[in-house]
Amino acid sequence: MYHPHLRYAKDVRITHVFIICFRGGAELLFDGVKQHHVTLPSQSNHWDIRQLLVWIKDNLLKDRPELFIQGHTVRPGILVLINDADWELMGELDYQLQDKDNIVFISTLHGG
Amino acid sequence: MKCKEGSAVLIIRVGDAFCKPCFKEYFVHKFRATLGKNRVVYPGEKGLSCNAPKKLRFVPGIVFIDEGAVCGQSWEKRHQIICEVQGVLQQTRFPFHIMPLEEVFSLPDSILQSGVSQERQNYKQAVDHFIGLQQTHRDTECSVIMEKMSQLKTVDSAVSAVSDRIYNCAEDSRPQGAHTQKLIELFDSVKTQTAKFQFLHMLRNHLILHIARANGYSKVMTGESCNRLAVNLLSNISLGRGAFLPLDIGFCDSRNGDVAVIRPMRDYFLKEIIFYNRLFNVSSVFTPGIDTKAPESSSIQRLSETFINKLQEDFPSTVSTVYRTSEKLNVSKTDVDKDTCLKELCLLCQCPLDTHADTASAFHATLVSQQLSQKVGLKTEDSGKPCCKEGTCCKGQEYGDTGHSRSLQAASIFPWLCYGCRLTVKDLKTLNHLPQYILHEADHRTHRCEMRKEIQEFLIEDDIGCV
Repeated sequence: MYHPHLRYAKDVRITHVFIICFRGGAELLFDGVKQHHVTLPSQSNHWDIRQLLVWIKDNLLKDRPELFIQGHTVRPGILVLINDADWELMGELDYQLQDKDNIVFISTLHGG
Repeated sequence: MKCKEGSAVLIIRVGDAFCKPCFKEYFVHKFRATLGKNRVVYPGEKGLSCNAPKKLRFVPGIVFIDEGAVCGQSWEKRHQIICEVQGVLQQTRFPFHIMPLEEVFSLPDSILQSGVSQERQNYKQAVDHFIGLQQTHRDTECSVIMEKMSQLKTVDSAVSAVSDRIYNCAEDSRPQGAHTQKLIELFDSVKTQTAKFQFLHMLRNHLILHIARANGYSKVMTGESCNRLAVNLLSNISLGRGAFLPLDIGFCDSRNGDVAVIRPMRDYFLKEIIFYNRLFNVSSVFTPGIDTKAPESSSIQRLSETFINKLQEDFPSTVSTVYRTSEKLNVSKTDVDKDTCLKELCLLCQCPLDTHADTASAFHATLVSQQLSQKVGLKTEDSGKPCCKEGTCCKGQEYGDTGHSRSLQAASIFPWLCYGCRLTVKDLKTLNHLPQYILHEADHRTHRCEMRKEIQEFLIEDDIGCV
């Protein structure tokens, strides 16, 4: 029998493309590169920030992981903006990424 | 949320959500309120044009101190950063000054002599020629000030006078190799990261003071946020600078007399500042500092920062609480009553000395234990008034002329230092690398003290003692 929904779930690859930026000194941990265009491997569920952080740690972070991530979340002093809005308003680690989202990590540790 | 119209972009503290326009209004309003509330710059509302009741009259200039040599940067890297900074500063259309830290080796001796406060006579002048200087080597803060300055209308008449004095170091570019070398040697001779921070802070402040005086500025604005001040409060107490918290942390720091340092950003959280920069496209330049990527426990300052930041994550009112405590601190009445001319100031940090210790004080206890633990016992003079407070300066050490005959040990300048600065100087292997203006002033004070001792019996005492 023809079940179009079943076939759709099996065959479609959801491509997630994001722009990830590091500012305020955080870029030092990423070879000084401030902006990264990132394509995440597809998976059945949406990526959330928690998973993104792990991915960043495994794939982008060049130096001193403890200066960026502590435990499951970002180090105290690093702000996260999702599409120019405070991640605290979006669910923080639980926010599910949408295609073409812009995530910015800003370190506040080099501020006055 | 306040306006209930726009969509929230930012949440501050618990439950305070803002949309973009409301945030901007809140942010700018806080800045004006901070300045207005403290009434340091604006003498009431007179002088404001009736067409724009919210116009603020002052003419800012901006300073950037290039500290790359201390951070181990190559000249090429420093030049690149300077050019970037210059580009940003030029957009502000304010006069700006870019100076390498090496300039401290060219400072005049008089920089450490306190300037007479001219506030009463020149208050009006202060309003007309107010200039805010900003340390733009810190990422976010300079940008905020610049953005807000450009929003505020400035008085055009004073601008041209200041513009004549603009000079731009970037083209003259490279500081003398010898000076760079001296600076590196100075910092290499500092044993601890903690002391390095303190020296850097001190030298930077001296240089900014010099720039302010040389260009006729009566006020210096620095960009410390609430977070930074909370960290500084904790560090400073640990560094033995508890007596100067009102000066180091407060809104107005008047230790220099003629040039006041004010901190208009002290009520802002770093998060607010960063969001403002981000949302309203304020340019900034990032440059690594002396403690970039340093481990947590590398210095007292770093440790305090980590402590506060971590605590803040779990207890979001940490920073506010620490900060509010600082607001309750004031200079004690006895210090205020004393005539400023007679009050001896610390050679390095310019704060009134806190080392006039009674025998029942904690400070005296540290001195006693220090003497007990030294191999060669030093006698304390209990009878009469000891010269230079402790009776150690004019005895035994070779003072003489500057340079050769003097044994340049840290202890020789202790009598001119506050408790906190003594601890910092203890971490110096030798005084040889200090800039001349510091060594000369130390000599000057020593000679004055010796001279006073010689003519002591001819003086009519006034309870002043050897100050």
